Amino acid sequence: MNHHDPPTGTLLRRTAASTAALVLIGGLSAVPAAAQEGDGSRLTVAIAQQVDSFNPFTAQLAVTTNILRHVYDRLVTIDPETNGPAPSLAEGWETSEDGLTWTFDLRDDVYFSDGEQLTADDVAWTFTTIMENDAAAIASGNYVSGFEKVTAEDDRTVVIELDEPQATMTALNVPIVPRHVWEPILEEEGDAFSEYTGDDLPTVGSGPFVLTEHSRGEHIMLRANPDHWRGAPGFDELYFRYYSEKDAAVEALRSGEVSFVYELTDAQITSLESVEDIAVNIADGKRFQAFTINPGAVTQDGEEFGDGHPALEDLTLRQAIVKAIDNEEIVRQGSNGQAVAAGGYIPPRYSDFHWSPEGEEAILDFDPDAANEMLDEAGYERGDDGVRVSPDGDRLELRMFVHSDRPDNVQAGLVIAERLADVGIEIDNRTVDPGILSDALYDAEYDLIFTGWTVNPDPDYVLSIHTCGALPTEPGTMQGDAYFCDEEYDELYEAQLAEYDPEKRAELIHRLQEVLYREAVVNVLTYPNILEAYRTDQIEDLQLEPAEGGNIWGQDGYWAWWSAQPAETSGSPTGGPSTGAVIGIGVGALVLVVAGAFLFFRRRSTMEDRE
Amino acid sequence: MTTTPTAADGPTGAGADDAPAPAGPRGPGRAASVAVYVLGRLLTAIVSLFAVIVAGFFLFRILPGDPVRAMTEGREVTAEQREELRRQFGLDQPLWLQFLDYAKGLLHFDLGVSFQYREPVADLILERLGPTLLLAGTGTIIAALLGLFLGTRAGWRPGGRGDRINTAVALFFWSVPTFWLGLLLIVLLASGRGFMPGLFPTGGMVDPTLTGPVERALSTAQHMVLPIVTMVAVIYAQYLMIMRSSLMDEKGADYLTTARAKGLRDALVRRRHAVPNALLPTVTLIFLNLGQVVSGVILVETVFSWPGLGQLFYSGLQVPDIGLVQGLFVVFAASVILMNLLADLVYPLLDPRVRP
Repeated sequence: MNHHDPPTGTLLRRTAASTAALVLIGGLSAVPAAAQEGDGSRLTVAIAQQVDSFNPFTAQLAVTTNILRHVYDRLVTIDPETNGPAPSLAEGWETSEDGLTWTFDLRDDVYFSDGEQLTADDVAWTFTTIMENDAAAIASGNYVSGFEKVTAEDDRTVVIELDEPQATMTALNVPIVPRHVWEPILEEEGDAFSEYTGDDLPTVGSGPFVLTEHSRGEHIMLRANPDHWRGAPGFDELYFRYYSEKDAAVEALRSGEVSFVYELTDAQITSLESVEDIAVNIADGKRFQAFTINPGAVTQDGEEFGDGHPALEDLTLRQAIVKAIDNEEIVRQGSNGQAVAAGGYIPPRYSDFHWSPEGEEAILDFDPDAANEMLDEAGYERGDDGVRVSPDGDRLELRMFVHSDRPDNVQAGLVIAERLADVGIEIDNRTVDPGILSDALYDAEYDLIFTGWTVNPDPDYVLSIHTCGALPTEPGTMQGDAYFCDEEYDELYEAQLAEYDPEKRAELIHRLQEVLYREAVVNVLTYPNILEAYRTDQIEDLQLEPAEGGNIWGQDGYWAWWSAQPAETSGSPTGGPSTGAVIGIGVGALVLVVAGAFLFFRRRSTMEDRE
Repeated sequence: MTTTPTAADGPTGAGADDAPAPAGPRGPGRAASVAVYVLGRLLTAIVSLFAVIVAGFFLFRILPGDPVRAMTEGREVTAEQREELRRQFGLDQPLWLQFLDYAKGLLHFDLGVSFQYREPVADLILERLGPTLLLAGTGTIIAALLGLFLGTRAGWRPGGRGDRINTAVALFFWSVPTFWLGLLLIVLLASGRGFMPGLFPTGGMVDPTLTGPVERALSTAQHMVLPIVTMVAVIYAQYLMIMRSSLMDEKGADYLTTARAKGLRDALVRRRHAVPNALLPTVTLIFLNLGQVVSGVILVETVFSWPGLGQLFYSGLQVPDIGLVQGLFVVFAASVILMNLLADLVYPLLDPRVRP
């Protein structure tokens, strides 16, 4: 049987040949792809999230709202220099004495991309539709909940009447749409309007870009609106490409296939820092990372539910827990330094509203000895195993729920468990799926739980979720995320919402944060930095928001992509050595290999048969 | 590559001298038993499908988490906005009513509406079916051919150098994490680090700026290379191992001695006599895997951002988009059931020993 050699050589060569054939296909087709570049400037962004809908009344996911921000203008935008409100569709605004009537004066040079002028009627119709039609309120209903009536006084004047004064009127993040396009759609779709995904492209909007193409799961294309009233954008095309895997997107940035990537990890940023033609942008965080303590969940009617540890109703215990934790350590261990240790609730990038406990106020600074002392004094005695027992006899073993999909949360959780062990509190660390975590939160079946919010330039919403009104009407329906309810807090909250003087309002918001801090239910740990990177050989310059320490992706205005200028060095966008030449050589070599392998096989198989 | 054609029309071997169809000229009793066999298989398939539909519906509803909360997480919404979403998704209805609605829809091939995309699930699936079939189909075919080819060589001389190297290499790739291998290939061949040019794209299916059909086809071929190489490398081992072991089983058979005694060359004995018989278990495997082609290769699609069903499923699970996920679940399961049914029906044609 074994009268000739095992055909190893043949096998390997054939394998090599089939691989080579595949590579050959790749090489050949790379040539036309590379020759295609050069018609108009294009900025490519790698995105990960899918599009839910391009219907501005219903779109909710971050990717879509970000893209739609470039397609439809708002009444008021944000000034990247001051972080305050800045004119957009509205040139100016004023309020009545009682604060219940807001009058916005519109620009007279705003046109939709179909040539129709944008008037006060479009603005009034947009708001009124959101107020009157539940299906149209999915995306922006929260902004109009206090509206009484919106009217177009003349072509350029919009009057909004309110039930109660509200200080957030210059932060209405509502896309203004053309009535002549959307009214017929609304009528035609009727009850099915919420399922209308706005896929009639190109869109008609007044923004600096027009949405022209969407291929689900592949790409989204925006074309510049050269007639935009603020001036034409620097790039001709904004192109969003899907990368379901962030590491692959980072490689695409290296290869030059994309110009910009965002939401990077510190490892990815580190690997990109020294790469030629790539700039990293480390921006001040908009987000806070926090853990909340279950203070005993109740509904608005005072019905208790859930199974939080009873001892946590004690303020002393909650404060001791916070004192035992070192936020600086969490920055180091959890975020590799890519975060800022927190004090107050609102991140420091919003310098007007940010509050940080200082001096006398800083009652919860890291101090494990003091924490131990507080607990000793309050009658939490250590058991034989070193774990404390509450005065009521409950052992301090606490369940902590951590987001398994957030690496910085996972690391922070480990640090917290260790530090709390130092003060005699045992942590049952439950690092779980977001779904399980959310169930634990809404059913109030937790002791400690992680949370986090992205804070907008106007912080009203993140403050509102800790009012008593955000408690659940019945178990499971909570609006907020902490079962916090405090009379002083509610009074301050109402006062800031009605305060139109920016400085006085900021002062009230500082005091709100002080209450939140002192009560030790919502405990902010860090403000993670925003990590992004872009190619400097494709993007010359762009506007950060805010101008100092700001971010590129997820701005509240459209500054970054409107201002971005194409780089002059219009070299081969794929970078590296001349790809064409390399591919040519590669293809030649492969042809030789394949031909050689083929000849060898022929010879080999006839030899075999001859035997 | 030469093995497949011989599989069906091999002139010798156990199957070759039988009638082409099982319902041959053997009288009405035989036809009846064939009918019973086919009906039995059909019935089993229908029962399985029904079980899958019911299980899928309730399984995804007992998943922890709430789609509306998940979709509005981190967004500034009011309780009213959440209620409206709940109403639109039909989540405010009692469970049994939701199931009745869903079952009623299924009868008209209506798979429900995706929460996330607000579009009929069937449309979303059809949109992604092509890319998945292209990628997973091509990958499965190449992997099967490669595995059969190498498995034949390995199994013919078990323990030889070729066998040892082949098996070791195949098992090495079988054990490599798909995700890691895919990323490695991207780093090596796509990102253009150092002196290595970026030969292939890092992801996607086609360069959307191209308009000509030929250019687009070439671009797709180019985009397919790395995903296919990854997929084939990871899965071809199963075909190789099955082919190898079943060929080893056949090696000692008497009919091979006869063939050699006739003076046939070794390669011919292998190709014409041993391989057709050894192919039977592999055919079953191919059918089973073809059923899974539809569910795609979730990991490969994810690493290479391939716009297929696997990626759709992955994005649906993250929400969780119950409407989408249960629709995909039914389609995936149905395709496996269908392919199993086909295998059951085709197998008797190939192998007379299992004929009813």
